[in-house]
This record gives sequence, C-alpha cells and structure tokens, in this order.
Amino acid sequence: MSQSQPATRPLAPAPKMSAASLALMPVHFIMGLADKPLRALQKAAGIGGMATFFLAPNMLIFSIFVLLPIIINIVYSLTGGTAIFLNERTFVGTDQYAHIFNCSNYLDPRSCQEDAFWTAVGNTFWFVVIQVTLLIVCSLITALILNRDLMARSFWRAVFFFPVLLSPVVVGLIWRWILQRQGLLNYILYPFGHDPVTWLSDRTVAFAAAVGVSIWAHMGFYTLILLAGLQAIPKDLYEAAEMDGTRAMRVFRRITLPLLMPNLLVVVVLALIKAVQVFDEVYVLTGGGPGTATQFLTQYIYETGFVSQPRNAGLAAAASILMGLVLVVLTLIQLGISKRNENKGKR
Amino acid sequence: MILKSFLAASAMALLASTAHAGDVRIMWYSDGVEGEVFQDLINRFKAQNPGINVIVDNVAYNVIKEQLPVQLEAGNGPDIARVTSIKDLAKHWLDLRPLVANAAYWDENFGQQADWMRPDGSNQISGFMTQLTLTGGFANKTLFEQAGVPLPGPKATWEEWAAASKKVAASQQIPYPMALDRSGHRISAPNISYGANYIGADGKPAALDQGAKAYLTKFIDWAKDGTMSKDVWVSAAGQTYRAAADDFINGQVAFYYAGSWQIPNFAKKIGNNFDWVATGSPCGPAACTGLPGGAALVAVKYTKNPKEVAKVMDYLASEPVIKEFSERTLFLPAHKAVLAKGVDFKTDSPLVKDALNKFVEATKTTSDMAQKMPGWRWSDTVYGAIVTRVAQAIAGEMPTQEALTRIDADVAAKVKASGL
Repeated sequence: MSQSQPATRPLAPAPKMSAASLALMPVHFIMGLADKPLRALQKAAGIGGMATFFLAPNMLIFSIFVLLPIIINIVYSLTGGTAIFLNERTFVGTDQYAHIFNCSNYLDPRSCQEDAFWTAVGNTFWFVVIQVTLLIVCSLITALILNRDLMARSFWRAVFFFPVLLSPVVVGLIWRWILQRQGLLNYILYPFGHDPVTWLSDRTVAFAAAVGVSIWAHMGFYTLILLAGLQAIPKDLYEAAEMDGTRAMRVFRRITLPLLMPNLLVVVVLALIKAVQVFDEVYVLTGGGPGTATQFLTQYIYETGFVSQPRNAGLAAAASILMGLVLVVLTLIQLGISKRNENKGKR
Repeated sequence: MILKSFLAASAMALLASTAHAGDVRIMWYSDGVEGEVFQDLINRFKAQNPGINVIVDNVAYNVIKEQLPVQLEAGNGPDIARVTSIKDLAKHWLDLRPLVANAAYWDENFGQQADWMRPDGSNQISGFMTQLTLTGGFANKTLFEQAGVPLPGPKATWEEWAAASKKVAASQQIPYPMALDRSGHRISAPNISYGANYIGADGKPAALDQGAKAYLTKFIDWAKDGTMSKDVWVSAAGQTYRAAADDFINGQVAFYYAGSWQIPNFAKKIGNNFDWVATGSPCGPAACTGLPGGAALVAVKYTKNPKEVAKVMDYLASEPVIKEFSERTLFLPAHKAVLAKGVDFKTDSPLVKDALNKFVEATKTTSDMAQKMPGWRWSDTVYGAIVTRVAQAIAGEMPTQEALTRIDADVAAKVKASGL
C-alpha cells in the first residue's frame, strides 16, 4: 500500500555546544539584557553621545587619580607652611618658584638659594645624557647578538631580561653588597694586592655605579623591543645584500638601522622619560651620596617633602611641577615621532 | 533596591577598614631585642584584658621618622606610637591626664621628661619615655691592649682620644681610628662640649657660634685626613641617618661615638669577639657632656578608643612593667621610683654592666645646654641642616667655611618656610 506522505525536511541533528559557547553564555545573557537600554540610549544620544557614554568611566578614573592630584599639586606649590591640609596652608603665590629660581648663575648651583635643587637638576641632566646613550648602545649591540643563530638563544635572551624582573630595591641592595668595603668586589681584588676601599665613597665611582646599575637593571626591556624590531625586518633584504657582496657595516647602516629606526626612537624616548624619573635603585645603592653626587631630582623632591625637618610640601610640589614640565616635553616629542611614523606608513 | 544593596556593601567595607571598638594599634620600632620583650608584655596584658585587642605593628625606624609624621598631619596614624621626635610632633599627642587611673603617679615618676613631649605651656600627660639615652663613646679595649696604647682617662679630650685612636689604627691596620654616626644629634654632643649654644634669645635657632664652628671644623678635617671614618657620612645625601655601629662591631674602628642604646646591640653581636668599654663623652673646652634623649611611647589624639588607650598606657607605665622592660632590654629607665630602687639588668656580661654603670655615671656631667635640647622644638631642624652640609664638606663639594655659612642659611630658610 502506497501512501503519499507530505514532503518533510529531515530533522537536523542538535548542534553540540562547545565549552567556549557555554562559557560565553552569561556574557550573551548580560549583553541581551543591556541591548534594549543601549539601543534606546543610542537613539536619544546619537553615535557621538554613545562614545562619551563609553569613555565616561575611564575619564572619571583618570580625573580622580591623575588630573585631580596634578591640580592639587599645582595648588600646593602656591602655598607654604607645614600643615598638610590645603585649608590650613598659607597662600604664598609664586614664592616657592621664586625661591627655586633665585640664582646668580644657573650653571653654578652654589650661587643659588636652593642649591640642592640645581645640583639635583645638574646630576639628573648628566645622568640622562650618559645613561640613555650607553643604554641604547648596549641594548642595540645585545639585540643584534641575540638576533643571530646562537646556541641556546632563548637561554641568553632570558639571561639579559632577568634583571628587569627584579625589584629596584633588590637591584640596589645586590650592587651595594658588591661595592661596599667588605663586599664582593674587594674580596675578589684583595688577592691581587688591592687594599679594600669603599667604592661608593668616591664621587666619580658612585656616579658611574649609578649609571651602570641602572643600565644593568633596564637594558633587558629595551633589548626586547629592539629585538622585535630586528625580527620584523624582511630577510630577503639581507639575502639581496649578501648576493651583492655588501659589507656587514654597510648592511647595518643602509638596511638594519633605517628599518629599526621607529623602534629605536620609541626606545630613546621611553629611556629618556625613565632616566629623568630615576630614584629607587640609586637611592638604595648610594642614598644620593657621597655628598650630593648621586642625588637626582626625584630624591630631592622626596627629601624636601617627606624627610627634611620641617617638611616643605610647597617647595617639593613646585619642584615636581617643574620636573613634570620636562616630562611633558619629552612625551610630546614621543607623540610627534609616533605621528610622523604613522604618516610615513600611510605614504 | 540595587542602590540600597550597594550602599550597604560600601558601609560594611568601610567598617571593616576602620578600628573596632576595643582595638588599640601600637606602632613600634626596635633597635635590638626590645620588640620581643614588648610583645611579651603586651601578650600578658591581652590575657588579663580580653576586651581590649592590642595590635603591635613592628616597623622600621625610617617609618617612624618619615611616614608617621605625614599620617599624623593628615589626622590618621596608630593609637599609640614609639617615637623619637617627641617635641616636634607634640601637637598630635593625646592628653592622658583625664583618662589615666592616677595622674599623680605619672607626674611623680615621669614628670622630669614630661615637658619633652607636650606642647609648650601645657601640663598634658602625653606618654612616657621607654628609655632614657645619653650619647657617649665606646672603645675597642682589645685593640688598644694589642697596640699597647693605654685607654685615655675619664677627663680625656677629643684630641687625646683622636691621638690614641690613631696610634691603635696604625698599629692594628684598621681602616679608621674613630667613627661617629651620621646624625645631627650625635655630632651636637661634642659641639656643646666645645661651647655651642643653638638656642637664641627668642627660643628660635641662633646662628652657629664659635663653639659649634670649632668642633665642626675639626670634625670635617678629621674626616678628610682619615682620623674619623668618612664612609658613613658620605654614604647618603641630605638628612638621612646612618649608624657606624657595624664598623665597631666588626672591629674596624678603635673608638666609636654613639650612645647608651647600642649596649644591648653590642652585647648581642660582639659577644666574646673582643672586649669593649663605654668611655663616656670626651671633653671639649666647655664641658664633657653627652646629649640626652630617648624614645617615648605616646598616645595619639586621633584615636577612636581613648579609654582603652589609657588603660594600655597605665599598664605599660606601671612600676613592675617598666622595671621588667628595662631589666630585660638593658635600657636605662626614666621611671623615678624604678631608678631609686635600682635596676638589676639581666645580663651575665661584666662588659655590659660596666657600660651601663658608666652611662648612669655620665648623666651627672650632662650640661644644661644638652638637657634643653630634647625639649626644644627646633632641635631636629638644626640637626638636619648640620648633617646635610657637614656631609657635603666631607665629600669635598664645598669648603668648610661655606658649609658652616649654609647651615645658618638653611636653618633660617626652614624657620621662615614653616611659618612659625
């Protein structure tokens, strides 16, 4: 008996739910709940209004934790006295700045009323110039070596990156123990007839140690950025140069350096900003001594605001505003470089 | 509903982060073993008073010096603290007079140092001294004996000690003959022995006089020519405190000028390595004085539990507790009755007993000027300026004369900036 059956589609097998779909279910559920109100909001506020809505939480956090402290700092720099609450402090206008800039010769800190500030400025300037230059050179050389086919290359990369993982206090302590009178360096040199000396009590050695330790602690990070840049350079360029018999130095100057320039510029600006802010590892290593040979701007601000008796929060705030202006200039340079690189990329 | 739940949760979080009724938080630092002894005493109090939860926060001395004052200025901080800047921060201390069980007991036994820790002109009871200290010297007796150099006598001058120590250093091949802590408090004792008077007629700092200039000049010269260890003085910038105790403990200096608080430290760390003696303070043209001082346990006026705080303070200031604390920590007590009845310091070491007796003896030659310093509001300001500039002169950053001139300028600028 034949019986005509209506044509029906065979039932599809139930789709299997993956673990990822299961995990995302709560998210989909919440998104579903938020969908209607958000659509209504978009209708009322428009596309531009939605951008403001989504940015608002971030801007609020930024305002509370960044913008507000900057404003408070500016106000502090216009006040005097030892009280900590603004309403108990005396308004002194630009007196703190006038005190800082009261100098007969800015190149001679001892001619300034606040000589400690200008000594710190000079120390910071020389630290930035020497440390950043050496840091870039060392990082570049290390990156070039680590980019080659070395034996145990990953191990060597880890070795150079390891100091970056250490706390600055640990870095300072390790090197202090090495350089003190009864430290490791004197222990090694003693059998060679070298009498133990306190290395860090010499101004030049202490400054060199501050620079060297800072490079040792941070080089790994910048090496990693440069290594990433080196690996992004197309290999065929090097192959073509090899076929042409180009000398290694020329390859470096004409291929590696120009193509690495965007990374190099980023490294320079980041290293500059970091060097201006130098404090922790050097503070632990030398305490700013001998004398004020390794006292940098951040330590001056800390000492003025928190250690000296009586504490001078107004003067410390004024000094930090001036240091902030330097950092703003450096940041603007970085933004300019980034923008120029973007435009080059578009062309 | 959601808003109410959120507010309730926030209120709970806020409550959890603030002091509970009955909580008494003590900020405590230790130079030696006193933290263990103190905790022991507090545990006993807690067993007797289960309703009061005493929490001891053991912190580094730098926290007391640098962070506590900021907390206090902001109206926060612990309920009780062990401090050394006792006069400078006096406006933050709680007046225990109406809270303690017997104010007359406090006046009778701690009255002599009460002014050190209360605002000028008040009769407030702020706390009590956990120890009295006096600066003084220590000599490495073994090194002197090995060098065949006799120890200078009790009235020996700074110059005589320097000459003897130099002979010892030359004979025993040690890096430095003498060392003095990087501290304005420490260097002020010989300054006063040389006739220094820091306090002006108006109670504010006076310019450095000839007495202070004479010793500071001598000290800088000694640091430059290697008579005095310069390592500790150039090991930091600014007002940072550094002790040279480790150099003495390691037998690297023949004579070390610090104070009575180092005795327990030496007893523990030097042990039988060498013999050492307390020498008292060397003499200058004006006196042979040490500088008194010490640490005080004070109640903080921002406490939420003043009654509980007073109960803890009453217990810690009681005669048996003070006696036990002093005997076990080897600290000189500030309690009048305990001092009168005598303290049996718990040590088998004759070196320690001799040293303690020497410091007790030295309190009799403390000059009037030195006695005034702990209760003077500007002492830390002057100490800080001296340390900063003397260290710069030793490091060769400026001539001695300029350093001395700048000390006066720094102090004047700080007085002006404070608005007081």
